[in-house]
Amino acid sequence: MDLVIDVQGITKRFGGKTVVNGLDMQVGRGEIHGFLGPNGSGKTTFIRMLCGLLTPDAGSGACLGLDVLRQQAAIRLQVGYMTQRFSLYEDLSIRENLDFVARLYAVPDRRAAVAESLERLGLAGRSRQLAGQLSGGWKQRLALAACLIHRPKLLLLDEPTAGVDPKARREFWDEIHQLAAGGLTVLVTTHYMDEAERCHRIAYIAYGSLLARGTVPEVIARAGLATWEIGGPDLPRTAARLRALPGLEQVVAFGGTLHVSTRDRARAQASLAEAFRGGAQRCAEITPGLEDVFISLMGAARDNFERGAAASETREEAPRP
Amino acid sequence: MSWFSPGRLRAVVLKEFVQMRRDRATFAMIVGIPVVQLLLFGYAINSDPRHLPTVVLDADGGPYARAIVQAMRRSGYFEVRDHAPSEAAARELLQLGRAQFVLNIPVDFSRRLLRGERPAVLLEADATDPAATGPALAALSLLMAGVLDRDLPGPLAELHGGAGPVELLVHRHFNPENITQYNTVPGLMGVVLTMTMVIITALAITRERERGTMENLLATPVRPLEVLTGKILPYIAVGYLQISLVLGAARLLFDVPMEGSLALLYAVALLFIVANLSVGITFSTLAKNQLQAVQMAFFFFLPSLLLSGFMFPFRGMPGWAQAVGGCLPLTHFLRIARGVLLKGAGFADIAPELWPIALFMAAVMAVALKRYRRTLD
Repeated sequence: MDLVIDVQGITKRFGGKTVVNGLDMQVGRGEIHGFLGPNGSGKTTFIRMLCGLLTPDAGSGACLGLDVLRQQAAIRLQVGYMTQRFSLYEDLSIRENLDFVARLYAVPDRRAAVAESLERLGLAGRSRQLAGQLSGGWKQRLALAACLIHRPKLLLLDEPTAGVDPKARREFWDEIHQLAAGGLTVLVTTHYMDEAERCHRIAYIAYGSLLARGTVPEVIARAGLATWEIGGPDLPRTAARLRALPGLEQVVAFGGTLHVSTRDRARAQASLAEAFRGGAQRCAEITPGLEDVFISLMGAARDNFERGAAASETREEAPRP
Repeated sequence: MSWFSPGRLRAVVLKEFVQMRRDRATFAMIVGIPVVQLLLFGYAINSDPRHLPTVVLDADGGPYARAIVQAMRRSGYFEVRDHAPSEAAARELLQLGRAQFVLNIPVDFSRRLLRGERPAVLLEADATDPAATGPALAALSLLMAGVLDRDLPGPLAELHGGAGPVELLVHRHFNPENITQYNTVPGLMGVVLTMTMVIITALAITRERERGTMENLLATPVRPLEVLTGKILPYIAVGYLQISLVLGAARLLFDVPMEGSLALLYAVALLFIVANLSVGITFSTLAKNQLQAVQMAFFFFLPSLLLSGFMFPFRGMPGWAQAVGGCLPLTHFLRIARGVLLKGAGFADIAPELWPIALFMAAVMAVALKRYRRTLD
């Protein structure tokens, strides 16, 4: 496979805190790779290291065939980076923003490139409007146009659809799929499950470490989770009752139902059978969804992290007499 | 990939100009600061105050006494409001600060004047602010010598000249026309540049960081030096606009003499402008937000204003203050501007003031470049 991103053991510390911990990642050409994880898990830091905004403390690898540690400047020329927060100039017009970016990348035949970019994103009629006056959805389209103007080979999108309405989100993803079909590689972070499911492959990280990776069905299967859906009256009290039972790792409200998940299927089944004997609730086993899996991964990672932190504290105190 | 690209520099410069045009507040500051400062220092803050309220106690009532009052009016320093009914009333006006001066003309003034006895007039001054009354007192003593010359014709002309026909009981060192503007306006050019250049550029990079645009800028191929110079260049143009504003006013409003070469002054001003811009850029890389950047700008502006010799005579300051002042670009630019405009100084005369500015600039710029790089990580 033709790998666009191929890095190993990427690590970044801020002060004493390890934000990205020995992360490996391989992304092939034309792939849309989803990057998921809770807030503060190190996704943005990892992306910033890929485009040369930050230097990794450890690790090695290549991005677009260039060394991520030593050829950052050359990598930047072929990468389009869309930041989490709108980071174009609000006091410049749409055209001026695009023109500025095109100049910085020394895009050949700049005027035509700007015009084409405006046309392609449907912004041609509003090119004189100030970027600051645009709505969230239009700002997002402009930001995408700006990071595509120099025809990058890799697109890094950091939560591109935060605060964007569902219709604009769907159009955005259609656009991403078109670009990927044309050979562009995309690494995208998101918190939305429906977006994760539109990626070719996904990676899930928490506390700076990779927890799961693969296609969506692969990630679900590897989690080894058993999930039951519970419906019926008085769900909040049922939830409270279930949380107290042994073997049930997570009880989460999903609209009008509860999702109960666990990795210890046999014990949970026994608990549930006991709990719902003769009750009014319906209880049926279902295939776990991506969200069930992520909640489970997040919980497990938190337990590990806290245990690890506690262990390191005791270690630090041990040598003292 | 090239280390410095004129194309990318051009991109940053053009962007800065467009943003400057859109930012009404900054634009108002560019024009507003020179205008307001000119009006304040040129007109309002005047160490040679005129039209001071004056009350006359004329016990004599003769034409000679009236001639003296007329002459005082004409001098411009005294605004004779009214004739006080009594000594007590006059003293009260003085006490309340409604009158700056009370002029007492004694009962037998005319008679003694004609006898050649050099009668005395007493000027009581509200001397709480000596700087306010000083010039007026000085002008009055000059006035008294010649005021009655025309009123004492023919045989009385022998009273002319010498010590004058009248004795003035307040004496002050002779200083007829103390035109502050000649000194202030050229200096103001440096003050205006220090203030605007530092504040505007201090905001330049901080704003990018605060609005989140810095992250995008850093992700592009643009280099630190391109960003820094790209942000400095447009403001050099602004600096020259301000110099022209102040010089225009100096010429048209204040009749400041321009003895030396304006071309030389414009050329040398470049160094001073760039020095101030680099201070601003450095603050901009140090400050965490725009408020901090403005605060830092004021920390720089105040000593510049106080220790440069603009507010107080440089040689009157203690040694340590002179040493601090000697490091500041404004101190040297003031000497250059006053030298060129008032004394007609040439390049050789001002050369000793140039290298301290250059040295200051180099040191500050080094800090800026170092700090800007560090923002990548």
